[in-house]
Amino acid sequence: MARTSTVSAKPPRGAGPIAWMRDNLFSSPFNTALTLAALGLLWITVPPFINWAFINAVWSGETRDVCMAPETGACWAYIAARFDQIVYGFYEKAERWRADAVFIIGAIGIFWLATPGLRAKRAIGAFMLIAYPVISYVLLSGGLFGLDVVPSAKWGGLLLTLIVAVTGIVASLPLGILLALGRRSKLPVVRILCIGFIEFVRGVPLITILFMASNLLPLFLPEGLVFDKLLRALVAVALFSAAYMAEVVRGGLQAVPQGQYEAAASLGLGYWRMMGLIILPQALKTVMPSIVNTFIGLFKDTSLVSIIGFSDLLGIIQKGNADPEWSTPVTATTGYLFAAAIFWAFCFSMSRYSAWLERNVAGGKAGAGKT
Amino acid sequence: MRFVLSVFLGALALAVVASPASAQSGSATLDAVKARGYLMCGVSDGLAGFSNPDAQGNWSGLDVDFCRAIAAAIFDDPNAVRFTPSTAKERFTALQSGEFDLLSRNTTWTMQRDIALGFTFAGIIYYDGQGFIVRGAEGTTSALQLNGATVCTQSGTTTELNIADYFTANNMTYELLTFEKEAEALQAYDEGRCDAYTTDQSGLYAARLEMRNADEHIILPEIISKEPLGPLVRQGDDRWADIVRWVLFAQINAEELGVTSANVGEMTGSSNPEIRRLLGVEGEFGASMGLTNDWAVRIIRHMGNYGEMFERNVGEGSILKIARGINALWSKGGLQYAPPVR
Repeated sequence: MARTSTVSAKPPRGAGPIAWMRDNLFSSPFNTALTLAALGLLWITVPPFINWAFINAVWSGETRDVCMAPETGACWAYIAARFDQIVYGFYEKAERWRADAVFIIGAIGIFWLATPGLRAKRAIGAFMLIAYPVISYVLLSGGLFGLDVVPSAKWGGLLLTLIVAVTGIVASLPLGILLALGRRSKLPVVRILCIGFIEFVRGVPLITILFMASNLLPLFLPEGLVFDKLLRALVAVALFSAAYMAEVVRGGLQAVPQGQYEAAASLGLGYWRMMGLIILPQALKTVMPSIVNTFIGLFKDTSLVSIIGFSDLLGIIQKGNADPEWSTPVTATTGYLFAAAIFWAFCFSMSRYSAWLERNVAGGKAGAGKT
Repeated sequence: MRFVLSVFLGALALAVVASPASAQSGSATLDAVKARGYLMCGVSDGLAGFSNPDAQGNWSGLDVDFCRAIAAAIFDDPNAVRFTPSTAKERFTALQSGEFDLLSRNTTWTMQRDIALGFTFAGIIYYDGQGFIVRGAEGTTSALQLNGATVCTQSGTTTELNIADYFTANNMTYELLTFEKEAEALQAYDEGRCDAYTTDQSGLYAARLEMRNADEHIILPEIISKEPLGPLVRQGDDRWADIVRWVLFAQINAEELGVTSANVGEMTGSSNPEIRRLLGVEGEFGASMGLTNDWAVRIIRHMGNYGEMFERNVGEGSILKIARGINALWSKGGLQYAPPVR
């Protein structure tokens, strides 16, 4: 007759939405006030926004006149007219299939790597890290296999934003790991070089480094030695994010207990095998959220390249806003809203994926991430 | 003797190989442009009527067309230009570091830029200046009628100082409403919080397009500050600056002489000596710059004269509908004046 399950100390909860609301939204006078204030705020902001962005919006049309009526909301017709440019920048129309191919290969590869249970991850990963950048470069810039040359000055829009972000993300992790290891190295030269680099880069805003790379570097280089402006910007972004990544990874390295190092050493593992097999897997799992956080920050920082004259997603929308053919009271606002929506979609997916990864992978047996 | 001769010839050949083009034109920039096959031109990253990409990705505008005119003069191909959008912050360093051959980007010619920054301005393609926009229904036709008016503008720019000077000089009172962002100031005016909005006149025409009822607003004729906009090049290559300067002069002269893109073919048969010299029928004026003698024909055939370029991009033929005003020819009451080809 004994009861086998434990009885909760809490009084039993009522069922249904009303009980839920009483428990969660109106449990005390203070909570009630907060709830009402929040509802009030939502009431003030959300319906006008929906009205503006959807109900009163203009969805199609060929000229600015369609968006000139009083009380017009967002002018999506403007986005539709320039959609190709927002995605590809000034990439030639006839050659856009090449950009599409790069998008598609990238999407499939990332999907494959990100989905658990799919096989051949190692091969796909190697392909994405080594072959994919080369294939993308050849496809995008051309000049080989009978492809027409498309100078990097014509790349733009979402294409350019993704190129900058992906290069930064892919290059910053290995570079950051090396820098972090170097900073904790026992060799003074390596340590001092790494500390010097990290602290220098972290002490300077990204825009300064970009400006330096785009405008000042050519002044220092000997005449005739000119690197592509985009290449210079990519290197700048990669080095910048590597310095931040190094500090994140160092945090993870410090969280690995000293015993792990000693245990690895006692097994007779050398430095690289100790790091590769024992220390780094634990360290990286620990700092997974911070790594993704850095990636998200980097993704948004890419919009700074518009200040050095690139037509990235934000830059191309700003240029479009100046087009007198589409100049209306709502053009600029619509453009910025659209840019924000795209940035949000990418950053939010990254953050959701990282949360999922934490729950399913990082939390596993190492357990270092969950304390 | 034979040895000496062959050494001499060898050295001569070397000298010719080492500087094949500088012997032609005397301008390192022009030689580089010719060798490259296209002109590199720095333009604004989006300014209505001056340089902005259209929905097809083609650059258009007055500043853009001027670059095309130079390309037409050099290559007989207005599309042999690569446009590099540059922001206000980076334009000067980018020109200095050789990102482009010239900067054609609504840049005001000031003494500091000309001298301290080390650039050479090649001319004035657009005389801009601060102006006012008002609601036409109020019956204002001159800035001198703005006594007691409330004026909206962006804070922290020279526009505030210019207004203060202008109203004081004319013994008028005013109330200033300043805003952090240009768009906010414009919106305040559109909502009726001020009687007038002020910024550079070319900007007023673009701003009018962003108002609900563009036709209700008029732009007053007065210009109360000097903002001469023009193309500029790096100091140190005077011959290149000459070329840029004379492409503009050729377009202005062509307008004055009535040479247009439509009639330039017939005009080469004109008996007017000024036209004959401009179009290279007489004289060696093109060759003296390192170009061909029909340089002006190429410019006008592809891009038109100054007036055509103006009307097409910012004037009556465009959506902006900017009046010629002080940008009319000197002979029509404006300031555009070019020295003669002679």
